[in-house]
Order: sequence, then C-alpha cells, then structure tokens
Amino acid sequence: MPADGGIGAPNKRREDVRFLTGKGKYTDDLNRPGQAHVIFVRSQVAHGNLTAVNTDEAAAMPGVIRIFTGADFAEVGGLPCGWQVTDRHGEPMQEPAHPVLAQGKVRHVGDAIAAVVAETADQARDAAEAVEVEIDELPAVVDMKAALAADAPKVHDDLSSNLCYDWGFVEENKAAVEEAFANAAHVTTLELVNNRLIANPMEPRVAIGDYDAAGGDSTLYTTSQNPHVIRLLMGAFVLGIPEHKLRVVAPDVGGGFGSKIFHYAEEAFCTFAAKALERPVKWTSTRSEAFITDAHGRDHVTTIQLALDADNNFTAIRTDTHANMGAYLSTFAPSVPTWLHGTLMAGNYRTPLIYVNVKAVFTNTVPVDAYRGAGRPEATFQLERVIDKAARELGVDPIALRRQNFITEFPYATPVAVEYDTGNYVATMDKLEEIADLAGFDARRAESAAKGKLRGLGVNCYIEACGIAPSNLVGQLGARAGLYESATVRVNATGGLVVMTGSHSHGQGHETAFPQVVADMIGIDPSMVEIVHGDTANTPMGMGTYGSRSLAVGGSAMVRATEKIIAKAKKIAAHLMEAAEGDIELKDGQFSVAGTDKSVAWGDVTLAAYVPHNYPLEDIEPGLEETAFYDPANFTYPAGAYACEVEVDPDTGKVTIERFSAADDFGNIVNPMIVDGQVHGGLGQGIGQALLEHAVYDEDGQLLSGSYMDYAMPRADDVPFYTVDHSCQTPCTHNPLGVKGCGEAGAIGSPPAVVNAVVDALRSAGHDVTHIDMPLSPHRVWQAMQA
Amino acid sequence: MYEFDIEKPSTIDEAVAALASDEAQALGGGQTLIPTLKQRLAAPGVLVSLGGIDALKGIRPEGDTLVIGAGTCHADVAADGTIPALSALAAGIGDPAVRNRGTIGGSLANNDPSACYPAGVLGLGATVVTNQREIGAGDFFTGLFETALEDGEIITAVKLPRPEAAAYVKFEQPASRFALVGVFVSRTGTEVRVAVTGASEDGVFRWTEAEAALSANFAPDALDGMSPDGDMISDIHGSAEYRAHLVAVLTKRAVAAC
Ligand SMILES: Cc1cc2nc3c(=O)[nH]c(=O)nc-3n(C[C@H](O)[C@H](O)[C@H](O)COP(=O)(O)OP(=O)(O)OC[C@H]3O[C@@H](n4cnc5c(N)ncnc54)[C@H](O)[C@@H]3O)c2cc1C
Repeated sequence: MPADGGIGAPNKRREDVRFLTGKGKYTDDLNRPGQAHVIFVRSQVAHGNLTAVNTDEAAAMPGVIRIFTGADFAEVGGLPCGWQVTDRHGEPMQEPAHPVLAQGKVRHVGDAIAAVVAETADQARDAAEAVEVEIDELPAVVDMKAALAADAPKVHDDLSSNLCYDWGFVEENKAAVEEAFANAAHVTTLELVNNRLIANPMEPRVAIGDYDAAGGDSTLYTTSQNPHVIRLLMGAFVLGIPEHKLRVVAPDVGGGFGSKIFHYAEEAFCTFAAKALERPVKWTSTRSEAFITDAHGRDHVTTIQLALDADNNFTAIRTDTHANMGAYLSTFAPSVPTWLHGTLMAGNYRTPLIYVNVKAVFTNTVPVDAYRGAGRPEATFQLERVIDKAARELGVDPIALRRQNFITEFPYATPVAVEYDTGNYVATMDKLEEIADLAGFDARRAESAAKGKLRGLGVNCYIEACGIAPSNLVGQLGARAGLYESATVRVNATGGLVVMTGSHSHGQGHETAFPQVVADMIGIDPSMVEIVHGDTANTPMGMGTYGSRSLAVGGSAMVRATEKIIAKAKKIAAHLMEAAEGDIELKDGQFSVAGTDKSVAWGDVTLAAYVPHNYPLEDIEPGLEETAFYDPANFTYPAGAYACEVEVDPDTGKVTIERFSAADDFGNIVNPMIVDGQVHGGLGQGIGQALLEHAVYDEDGQLLSGSYMDYAMPRADDVPFYTVDHSCQTPCTHNPLGVKGCGEAGAIGSPPAVVNAVVDALRSAGHDVTHIDMPLSPHRVWQAMQA
Repeated sequence: MYEFDIEKPSTIDEAVAALASDEAQALGGGQTLIPTLKQRLAAPGVLVSLGGIDALKGIRPEGDTLVIGAGTCHADVAADGTIPALSALAAGIGDPAVRNRGTIGGSLANNDPSACYPAGVLGLGATVVTNQREIGAGDFFTGLFETALEDGEIITAVKLPRPEAAAYVKFEQPASRFALVGVFVSRTGTEVRVAVTGASEDGVFRWTEAEAALSANFAPDALDGMSPDGDMISDIHGSAEYRAHLVAVLTKRAVAAC
C-alpha cells in the first residue's frame, strides 16, 4: 500500500462520513422557496384509448394550482431516444413518439395521463383521485412472440407492427455461420430467458423544476447519473431551452444501477410546469410508482447454438433473441440488446464465426433500458450457459472446455467488431481455481450430502466492454451522442485543487478515488483535492456515469488536465528557479532542477501563478486551471472467472449459496477497497437476478410483482461471504491509467455461475436437468426435480 | 394517507367505547394497518390506539395455560420461552422493527393467510379472549382476512395450553418472507394438532388426516405418501401442487423437531 494514499491505496471513502451519518444531500432534501407539488394520475390499465379526462371537480379542490393533461403537451416535444439502430435490411428502427403526458392512448400501467399541481403533495394526491379518466380498454400485448403475430394489437397505431427492429450481426457472416453449423461435429442448443428486473435503487427518483422569470433561466434538480445528458436531451428535444438557459443539478444520488441514466417524463414536466406557473414544482416518486415508471432491465428470450468441431474447438455461435423494449423507447434502450450485447458474444473464446439476431419488440409494459451490465450480462449468461451444456453433452470438464478455447494472444480482433487490447484468461482461471479451492469441492460435496443436501459447483468466465466509448465508433453504430468525458482541474493559490468532472457518482466513491489519481501525479496528499460533480453550472460538459466508464474515461480526462497543469507549473517553477524548463522534475510535491539541490514547493508555484509578481507574464498567463476532454481510443475489456457453490434442499428446492469466488482482471487498481465493494455489490445483484428478482406481468399487463411483498430483493443473508481477488492485472493499453472498470463485472459474471451450480447439483442427484430459467426460486427448482 | 383522528384510551372500556363509532378502527402495532393507510387502501376516520392500555400487555402463566395480552409485541413473545415453539414462531416474524411494534392481537385480528400466529394459535388449540367472550381458535379463523370478531369487538388476550411438545416450521416466501407455507405441530399425550398457514385458499386450517396418522404414530414417516386435500393457493411464488408438497415436507420436519 502506498504510504501517500495515492494510486493503489485502500483509502476509506470520504463521502461515507456524510452518507452514514444521515447528512447526505439528496434531491428530495432540497426544497425551493414557494415550491408546489405534483402528483401524476397514472393509467391503471395496460392499453387503451383515452376518451376523456375530466378535471373540473379536481381543479376546484383545496390547494390545487393547476391540472395539466395531454392537451397541454400537444405542442411540446416528446422524450427523445438517444440511439438509432439500423436493422438487417439497412432500415432505421421504428421509433414511436414518447409524449410527456399521454396523447389519446395509454400504453402501460403507470403511463402518465394528467398531472395535478397543488400547494402540498397531499392536496395534489387528493385531487388526483378526483380526476375522472375514461379509457376504452384494448387487449394488451405482453408476450414478445405474441406481440409479433400478424393480428396482434399494436402498441403504437402509427407503426407498421410491434417490431422495433430486426437486427443481424454480423450480417455478412450469416451464410458462413450457417455453413459452419452444417459442418459441425457437435451442436449444442439452449433456450433461455433473461428475466426482467427492476433496479430498485435505495433512493427513488425526484425532480424539482425551478424558473427564474427575471432572467428566463430554468433549473432542474434531479436524481441523475448524467446531468449534462439530461440538459442536452430535455433542452434540445423536449422543451426547446438552450443549454445556457438551463441548469441541471443532481446532488447526492442514492444508487441508480442504470435506471437514473435516462431522461424521464417527470423531469420534463417539472421544468415545463415551473415555467408555466412561475413556481418551483417538485415530484417525489413513491416506491410503488418507481415499480411502474423506472425503466426495467434485461427481459430477453434467446435461443443460442454453439457449434464445435471433432476436437471440441468452438467453430460458430448463432443466437436468436427477442428483446423487450416495453411501451416506448427509453433513452438508450435500442443499444442494449444490440451493440452492448452482440459485440460481446465472443466472450473469452476463439470462435471464428458469430451471428446474432435480435428482434426488439414493443409491448404494453414499462420501458426497458440499461441495467447494471446492460446487454453484457445477457451475452455472458447465454454463452456461459451453453458452454456448460456443451461440456455435459460431450462428457468433458467444463473448465477444460473453456481453457481449450480461451483467447490467448492479444490484441485479439473478435468476429463481432471489437478488438480486445489485453487480457490473460488463463491467469484468472488459475487464480480462481486457487482461491475457490476447487480441489476441495468433492469433500465439501460429501459433507453436504451427509446433511441431506445436494451440492453443486458452477464455474464460468466473463468479459465485458467498459469505459464507453470511442465517439467516432459509437456514432457509426447509431449513438446520437459522443461518449468522451471531461475534467477541469482548478488549482487554488495556496495549492489545493478542485477537480470538476462531467461524470457523476451515484454511490461509487468518486470523491475518494479521483483525488487519489490527481494527488498521485503531483505527489501531494489526496485531502488537498476536492471533487465537484453533478451540476451543469460548474462542471464541463460530460457524459456521466454508467458502463463502468468513470475512471477509465473520466479519470483519463483528469490525467490529461493534470498533465497540462503540471506542464504549466513546471514552466513557472523554471522561471522561479531560473532554470531551463526541461530540467524541472516534480516529485512528492517538490519541483527541483535536475542535478542540483535547487527546489521550490508545489505551493510556491501555485502562489506565483495567482500572485504573479515574479512571473514570466510574457510567456504564460497567470492562473493555474486546465480542462481536458478525453475520448477513449477503444473500449476496455475487464474479464474474469467466477465460481459458485450451492446447496439445494432436495425436498423444497431451496438454493443457498455456500461459497462464491471471483477472480477479476480490472487492469490497474486505484483504490482496492472500493473495487472490492463494487464487486461485492455486483455479485449481490447478480445473485439477486439468479435466485430472487423477477418483474412478472400477467396477460393483461398488470405488474404482479409491483411491491417488495412480491418482488424479491436480495438481502444480506441471501449472499455468502465472498472471496474476491483482483491481483491478475493486465493493464489497459490505451488509457493513461491502465484501468478497465469494475462496476458491472459482478452483475455480469455471477448469474451463469449460480445457474451452472444449481444444474450441477441436480444432475449429481440423477435429475436430467439441463437448464432452469432464472430466478431459481424454490418452486422452479422443485419443479425441475419433478420432471 | 387520508386524514384521521387518533384516540389513545388507557383502558379496555374506553377503547371499546371509542370503537363504537362506524368510522373507528383499532390500531395495534400498526405493522399492517399503517402501510395500508399509507397506500390509501383504508380510510378510517378515527384510529383507536390500543398501545397505551396496560391491561392488554404482558405474558403470564395460569396453571397449564399461558395467557398473552393482545397488545404484547412479537419480540416479547419471542423472549418469553414458556412455549418454545411459539417463541420461535414470534422470533421468525419480519425484522426487529416489526417484532418490536407488531402485536399478537393485531396479527390474529388481521388473519393474513400467510401469517404465522394463526398457525400457532390453531395448532395449540388456544382460546381467543375478547372484550365480550371467549372464542376457540377453531371458530375464530373464518377465512382469508376473516375472523369471528364482530364490529367494535377487540381481542384482549390469548390463552394457550402448554403442549408436551410442539414445533413450528416456516418456509419463507422469498420476497415478503411471510410464510409461503408454515406448519405448527403440537402434541399432548396422544392428541396431535397440525395447523397449516400460507397454503390454503381458505386460510389457516387443521390437517386432520395428518393429525389422525400422527396420533397413531408420532413420527415423520407416519405421513409418508400423504398430502393435504382442498384448494391450495397458486401464485407467482408457488403452484398449488408445490404448496401441497411443502405442507407434507414441513409437517414431517415439525414432527421431527418436536
Ligand atoms: C416487513 C414486515 C414483515 C412481516 N413479516 C411477517 C411474518 O413473517 N409473519 C407474520 O405473521 N406477520 C408478519 N408481518 C405482520 C406483522 O406480524 C404485523 O405486526 C401483524 O400482522 C399485525 O399486528 P399489528 O399489531 O401491527 O396490527 P395493526 O397493523 O395495528 O392492525 C392490524 C389489524 O388488526 C386490527 N387490530 C389490531 N389490534 C387489534 C385487537 N387487539 N383487537 C382487534 N383488532 C385489532 C386492526 O384494526 C387492523 O385491522 C410482517 C409485517 C411487516 C411490516
């Protein structure tokens, strides 16, 4: 551990002091003077024509200021989609309108119909109950395959069908893939469901719109992972407010897991209403509302096939996936089953030919978008499950089959468009075998058997593409945004620094990790560096936090800006010491002249920059502040190997996780304690998906798991003590920190390990089980044993 | 929540008087009622809090019977230990906050088909005491969320005979952690009672066939091949068939634990 608390030090998270003592400042903690409250009237049916919205009685109720309906938004823009996917035939996806308040039709339970603004939230709630809504109910489409039938009811009447797009990747490989399958010695086929999830961050969403009539300035306070993106999308596409007249502030954010990336109707509504009423307007989601308005995650139905030659080498992969978009296109929804999923189908293996087909489908359900891992968990799950199944069919060891097909030479160009810069999958698997004590498994299985329990072992690998993303590449793929990140480093006269970043923490510990990077470069204590984020008024344009990008992209921007600072500071130091600039060295916060004992301290230089009495004013400006934008050259490719051991109760089907080990390669590590925490959290969510979580709709489009009474979140006693290791490090070759990102790995890599383990346990007792769909509830596991 | 008034009587008589109004509803620990109010699923005009009535609190033995005041919280029953199976049942309800607020009276009056106490009370052959009468457990639970209580009648205590042996085995619904199925078995002499919660469309019930089999031979394998009749609940957490299976498994486990 570095003594100076710089890169590599497990510094405690400084933000936790306020989080753990109840002093965090979340959006709901903010209240603007004169603020009114809004409650939304939401559809209770999944699909129907809106024939009347009568607000007369409600409008006369105490405290009501104004009731808005769809008519007020007829001329207002809809929520934009940030990614356009082009289908197999070169046509753009079908892109329906996404109004702020329903226009003539409701399309999912929770769709907003009217908005009641009143003096207090309770008054608004009372009046909302008095709004009379008439809906001619239409049959709902919930099942994706049924939604594509010729006679299926259409979610959007103006589209040709419920098909958003039919995407093929790599389309040019299709014929070659078919041929490889025709020539295969063995083909393994697996059908599976990647269960629909709800992110459920601890903090529900909140939005406060504020308007300063004197200056014509709008401000939105919101629970967001990327305030600049919200400012751009809402300002440019929905409300027509130029960015210099719109400020978006996201203070402390209590978790997001993706669900707070997107631009939501409530944000646009509050900003719009604040201007219309010239009063701040606040909305705080209830937990029940969150279930039916926060974007959901996953929800793929897939058939995957793996072709092998006679020596068990993988020769081709073919997949056929239906991906649920829900009723509207959420901000980044189209990218998730395509570019964040198809590009990962090579996994850690040499498979020369891959073809991925994805049909994205509209249904009368809540929109689905990125959720921790976004596309990559879906890819990993299919691949690692089908490999396990192939190993069983072929009678070979699943680890050996993986090892045999590992990519071992880097850089490696996959057949699915991406190039892995570096990795060492053999090393992570070796490490896993060691930390998971796989050699001791048989003994542990015997112990479990003595207790009447079936023990199973599941092992798998994963790869992910993080640090998103090169702007020119994603632009070609349909992104309507660049994916650089920015940093402004402001050095104060007395030597302290403020780093303003466009990325934004929603719990990741940026305020601790980022200072380690900057302080390390200068050789000062991290306590001299403060992070500012989450406010478009005082941070440079940035793209926010998701896709494990903040350190890899945002941290790299900080490195670039700090390099500029150091370069300038060296010039000043050279002047102060009357030496040549090229001879100046910076170490431990001291500038010295090479080969002499002359030196000046960091603080002397920063002071000179702001009190330029003795200063080379003819050469350089005073002040010490630099900005850098960093656009990554490639994705980063964290990878690892995971092992899960379960016990299954043969009488009830209940699964308990007895051991879970994770060997990850995240490249260089800035703060190992934070990395541990990120892996733990990701594993918890992955185990949650594998065993517990499921958003279930009935055929009428009612969400059956619409509260914690029926939606099972993982709790502390659902997860074991983890063994995590990140000592295998192949640094990223193209960013200055050599980091790869660690935020999603746990959630990506763990579901297949759990399912592989349960299948192994059941098979060990003679059950001819090849797959069980997640979540592996006791009921489902028991049913599998009855078959 | 809708607005309501709150009354805080200190005696049972005052509480009964306050509950005479149509608009009034008793408030026990509030662990079921308050969430219901928050979701605006109930709109009582007056809440009559039973929390300040000392006569409703406490646990005391009366001969072979244990008398638990209706206002006693789950944590106190868990700590008592006179009937270990009942204390274990109480210890397995919810979380510490729920156990320190929720009361046995509130749980019984609510008669949630997945709640634990109804199984304990029926499985011990207890008597529910109200401000008006004593009701045998077999007559008290009348269906899902239904009891023999009349409007304005409150539970004051529960009288529980101490069994020679008893055990409660709960299989948790993964999300709510209420009982997906819970089975309470008690034995005194050759009298065996098997009460099942969580499983039936009719709420808590006695599995009489199992009782008969166990009276003859109090051993898990006396139940081999048996499963309960009747309509079992089927939902996203388990089919009717699965619940029927669990009833048999858990009953055997409870017998083994007696
Ligand atoms: C997170 C959570 C987990 C839980 N888990 C479980 C579990 O695993 N198993 C389980 O069994 N329960 C569980 N519960 C329910 C808990 O046991 C409640 O405490 C109980 O069901 C209601 O008791 P209460 O005193 O809180 O009643 P209240 O919520 O105050 O009232 C419930 C109903 O009973 C009526 N009532 C209250 N007291 C009386 C009385 N003396 N006479 C007549 N009517 C009365 C009220 O009018 C109301 O209709 C859980 C609750 C929560 C919040």
